[in-house]
Amino acid sequence: MGQIVLNQVQKKFGDVEVIPPLDLTIEDGEFTVFVGPSGCGKSTLLRLIAGLEDVTAGSIQIDGKETSNLPPAKRGLAMVFQSYALYPHMTVRKNIAFPLRMAKLDQAEIDQRVANAAEVLNLTEYLDRRPGQLSGGQRQRVAIGRAIVREPAAFLFDEPLSNLDAALRVGMRLEISELHKRLATTMIYVTHDQVEAMTMADKIVVLNAGVIEQVGSPLELYRNPRNHFVAGFIGSPKMNFISGEAASDMNAHTIGIRPEHIEVSESAGEWTGVVGVSEHLGSDTFFHIHDTGLGDTLTVRADGEVGFKHGDKINLTPRTDMIHKFDDQGLRIGE
Amino acid sequence: MARAVTTKQKIMFTAAAWSIGLLIFFPILWTVLTSFKTEAQAINDPPLFLFFDWTLENYSVVQERSNYMKFLWNSVIIAGGSTLLGIIIAIPAAWSMAFTPSRRTKDILLWMLSTKMLPAVGVLYPIYLLFIELGLLDSRFGLVMVLMLINLPIIVWMLYTYFREIPGEILEAARMDGASLKEEILYVLTPMALPGIASTVLLNIILAWNEAFWTLNLTAANAAPLTAFIASYSSPEGLFFAKLSAASTMAIAPILILGWFSQKQLVRGLTFGAVK
Repeated sequence: MGQIVLNQVQKKFGDVEVIPPLDLTIEDGEFTVFVGPSGCGKSTLLRLIAGLEDVTAGSIQIDGKETSNLPPAKRGLAMVFQSYALYPHMTVRKNIAFPLRMAKLDQAEIDQRVANAAEVLNLTEYLDRRPGQLSGGQRQRVAIGRAIVREPAAFLFDEPLSNLDAALRVGMRLEISELHKRLATTMIYVTHDQVEAMTMADKIVVLNAGVIEQVGSPLELYRNPRNHFVAGFIGSPKMNFISGEAASDMNAHTIGIRPEHIEVSESAGEWTGVVGVSEHLGSDTFFHIHDTGLGDTLTVRADGEVGFKHGDKINLTPRTDMIHKFDDQGLRIGE
Repeated sequence: MARAVTTKQKIMFTAAAWSIGLLIFFPILWTVLTSFKTEAQAINDPPLFLFFDWTLENYSVVQERSNYMKFLWNSVIIAGGSTLLGIIIAIPAAWSMAFTPSRRTKDILLWMLSTKMLPAVGVLYPIYLLFIELGLLDSRFGLVMVLMLINLPIIVWMLYTYFREIPGEILEAARMDGASLKEEILYVLTPMALPGIASTVLLNIILAWNEAFWTLNLTAANAAPLTAFIASYSSPEGLFFAKLSAASTMAIAPILILGWFSQKQLVRGLTFGAVK
């Protein structure tokens, strides 16, 4: 079990309000991702749940039990840190066994659980090494192993993949998702990387300046961003925003259209522009289009084989059903 | 390409390194050599280096004239006691400054260090008066207190620096793993900070062992440590270089041996931050 309910949780550091009072419910077994730009309060929120920081006001309930005054260990949660935070003077075996030793389990039970965790995470042959003798990915696995042996109510991940190189990151992302499916335990995962959020989450919580901008499944956020901020943050490359005449024609302050929702053509289209930089990914090509008369540069996604060169004239047609409209407050205008 | 070093360069660098090392070590070597000469040979002109009649006479005279063991014991108590007390006070202080710093932590550190900027003689008078008032003159307890207080800023600073090297996340991990404060300190913090604590202890023992201003000014017969033992050979009936050297050698020998055996620990402690 691992339902987590935040009720009017607020955090101040001195006079600075980092997190204004917020409410959030995380259901049992859910993979929830907190995502937002650096300094948005996502890590602080995680640390409040963990108990590493004290709430200024409000309550945190885990499985219906009030925990905001309990020390971290009494909350039944396990955490994986960005820097792994392994104990450098202990072997992998001792690292993984540490929480069990603190829980005063008997040695046979500890050995059994450590062996199981090592098996799950492919660490069996490294059990007698020290963290210093392991690669980044292996250290990450040890950190996860230390978390799973406790069989916690929920796992907390604080940007666990940001120290890994790109290839390993993709691999570990899959491993963590797989682990979630297997354990079916609540997981809260903090990241600034919206790709991680989109690919892993059941539910995404978008944070900005300590405020929850929107909560929803990855596709809900992608299809129906509640405001300008979420629209710009979710999706890669970023949504194009156009204001001025083109927007007021549609009775909006700003309109947004994703790069993948604009069609390109050599001959005809609603808008015209000049091709700037092209980014060829093989499967797709991203064109950056200047001089459209719409304001900023537009980014457009086309098929990998479409061949425009720098300086070519290009015609663009947005899919009208995919245009997002926002008012002068940045809020979505409903259909 | 790696930097090329020719054999000739290597020899030159080695020779230069040895010469500098020898230069630094020379006064100690000369003291030790002089302690085995007769008084006449000690002041011989030109100075005698290795070829003289080696004698142990100075040591036996020094032994007869003063109670070496008593001075040694005082030194051990004063250096050891002040270090132990200092560490006990400094560990929690450095701990809280390193792991739960406040806005004033940096100021407090600097303010502590500022006490070391005053020449000791500047506070001799007030301390002396306090010692008279409290009946601490010529007592080991008084010296332990004074040396502890004098070296405390350095101990706190050193420990603070070592503790800062320990990532806070590891302590938080221990907390998440269910370690109580005691277990966190015992199983996680102390093992990680041990090299730092050890080198701080060693350095502080050396500082306290060699401290000669307060130990000379605040003691007479009872609590006098080895610094006073050396000083007692430097005056009244004129200079006796050989006996002075013998006394000095006996005074520095224990600390030299301690330093020698803990060399590895010292170096490891001093480079702890660099290699992590």
